[in-house]
Amino acid sequence: MSTSLLIQKGRIVDPSQNIDEVLDLLIENGKIQKIAKNISAGEVEIFDARGKIVAPGFIDLHVHFREPGFEHKETILTGMRSAAMGGFTAVCCMPNTEPAMDEPGTVGFVLLKAKEGNLIRVYPIGAATRGREGKVMTEIGHLKKAGVIAISDDGEPIYDAYMMRRVMEYAHMFGLKVIDHCEDKNLSQQGVMNEGYMSTLLGLTGIPSVAEEVMVMRDILMSQYTQIPVHLAHLSTRGSVDLVRWAKAKGLPVTAETAPHYFSLSDEEMTSYRTEFKMNPPLRTREDVKAIQEGLKDGTLDAIATDHAPHQEVEKEVEFDMAPFGIIGLETSVGLGLNHLVHPGILTLSKWIDKMSCRPAQILNLPGGNLRVGENGDVTILDLGKEWSVGEIPFESKSKNSPFREIKLKGKAVGTIVGGRVVMRDGEVISKIKDQKSK
Amino acid sequence: MKWNRKHLLGLEDLSQEEIEYILKTAESFKDISIRPIKKVPALRGKTIATVFFEPSTRTRTSFELAAKRLSADTLSITAIASSVVKGESLKDTVRNLEALKVDCMIVRHECSGVPHLISRYLEASVVNAGDGSHEHPTQALVDLFTILEKKKTLEGLKVVIVGDILHSRVARSNIFGMTKLRMNVQVVGPRTLIPKEIERLGVSVSHRLDDVIPEADVLMFLRIQSERQKKNLFPSLREYSENYGMSIQRLKNTKPDCLIMHPGPINRGIELASEVADGPQSVILDQVTNGLAVRMAVLFLVAGGGE
Ligand SMILES: [Zn+2]
Repeated sequence: MSTSLLIQKGRIVDPSQNIDEVLDLLIENGKIQKIAKNISAGEVEIFDARGKIVAPGFIDLHVHFREPGFEHKETILTGMRSAAMGGFTAVCCMPNTEPAMDEPGTVGFVLLKAKEGNLIRVYPIGAATRGREGKVMTEIGHLKKAGVIAISDDGEPIYDAYMMRRVMEYAHMFGLKVIDHCEDKNLSQQGVMNEGYMSTLLGLTGIPSVAEEVMVMRDILMSQYTQIPVHLAHLSTRGSVDLVRWAKAKGLPVTAETAPHYFSLSDEEMTSYRTEFKMNPPLRTREDVKAIQEGLKDGTLDAIATDHAPHQEVEKEVEFDMAPFGIIGLETSVGLGLNHLVHPGILTLSKWIDKMSCRPAQILNLPGGNLRVGENGDVTILDLGKEWSVGEIPFESKSKNSPFREIKLKGKAVGTIVGGRVVMRDGEVISKIKDQKSK
Repeated sequence: MKWNRKHLLGLEDLSQEEIEYILKTAESFKDISIRPIKKVPALRGKTIATVFFEPSTRTRTSFELAAKRLSADTLSITAIASSVVKGESLKDTVRNLEALKVDCMIVRHECSGVPHLISRYLEASVVNAGDGSHEHPTQALVDLFTILEKKKTLEGLKVVIVGDILHSRVARSNIFGMTKLRMNVQVVGPRTLIPKEIERLGVSVSHRLDDVIPEADVLMFLRIQSERQKKNLFPSLREYSENYGMSIQRLKNTKPDCLIMHPGPINRGIELASEVADGPQSVILDQVTNGLAVRMAVLFLVAGGGE
């Protein structure tokens, strides 16, 4: 079996080394061996990347793989296939499984499933509190030994400010960052969409933007007080961007991510009560969408994460009020980023790649995020001009709850390479193991 | 004009002409109710089901009677709202009904948007009989019909809608309809019960009923739900009534021909003093009577009688 891969004549864009030119890239024994013009190698597998972009492997800081507990929505294997299809070489999976990832056994199970699936890198995020109930801190030291790379109660905020402080302090001793889902649940109440003109028009209960912002501010203040880094998940409002901008200006160790839907959709697309548009935080106003784009442009928002949240069609085919929150995102993230950020000139290709790969690796101190010699051979290959329509080939994800179904996009990941092994090429996931897809 | 809508989901997507057409059709149906034989064969052979996931005797009775007077077969289903509780999805429930060859479903649900959802799953016509805090189009048509009957014109009239605008489907449908018919609409209520950015629907907002009473041609009061008090949207029914209830004293400041309306059922002594509800300016019982004619018109148009 060949352990060498030569990616030929692609335009290599690596923001971490300021590279943007047509070069060859050689991966041997899973590690990057050489970047140069016209590398000649002997018996190697060739990936012809002419006309394509060769980027450091994309890393998604925020996905929900649903296993254990909700295998009908997604399994670790189908989640990995979905990630590979979308051009991701690594993902961080949130702990809101059943049971929650609040003890080493569950973390070990996830890592085992990921190893069996053997496609992309899966990094589990441990729960901050037992059962994600906000009452008792988990054994963060044990979780770290079991392999978690961060701490979060995502799906829920770490609601109690005292608990947030202690979790941050305690996790910091183990070099783990806390990722918070910023939401004041008293303010969001039973809300199902953004509070504003559209919720008034549709008669749906609103979630005010301030429900997110008060928690963003609390976390920033906590970081200021403790001088401990904190990472804010899926920010969606202008106010949140302004607050993070303020925190960064003060030099606080605060980082933040947003998701593709927050820079590509507003609540004005929700006129038809389609539950594919229901997510938390909700789609906000056009103003907010603009602010998210600005925040990405000026560096206030560090990373783009998908918040990939699979749900079965039957679970979504219900009253809007009763439908679960969340959309899938792994297979549309690249297309949406290119269409709403890169093609319109909001971000340069290099800046966007930075937010898809380099920054995510830096934020959680993960391997990858660059194409330096000696690093893992994790590479994402992009075809910027490829026109496609979302869902025209079935999603690799077990679920299809996407508001982007049938939307036409220009630009797609056409290759995913993990440790020098091609796991996706031209829209086909290359894997020996198949999971039974449920209908 | 020719009617070519299969569903009546709300007034938001109707044109001014369509609303006027329904009102005109309703006028011709009003006579039927005062004939000795109160029945026409317009919908003979059609099956109309009322599917109420949320109880409402008044609206359901009005629709059923309207269907019967048009000679349709009627079917009445009351279901538990939550698909989770029942273990059967909304989609399954309505598809099962359709398998019984129902031509038109009149749907009421506590969740906004359900009639829209259902209309995507079905071949049958769907009439919205109230969805969550969204729309109650036939009630608004009844209100428009009643105002037109009393005032002979609608354009330029000043209508004040008082109460829980945030949760009111009656308010939304009336706002959509009235602004299309070029009426001036003002909503009045405590700040906590006025939804965000409602001005963008073309209405003005006030929190002081006494300020707006003298100019009103129509004062429409909405039913207040005491459970809102538990959510701290207002402190007590007593204080609500003091600020937003129609008392005898307040009635003295109205124009003499100002109409008093209420979609019912009234909390007597809270939204309206009994003397006001039963007084000469009140058109509350006319609203009930007209409900029949308007719903006959709607069913006639959407259920295919218009062909
Ligand atoms: Zn979250």
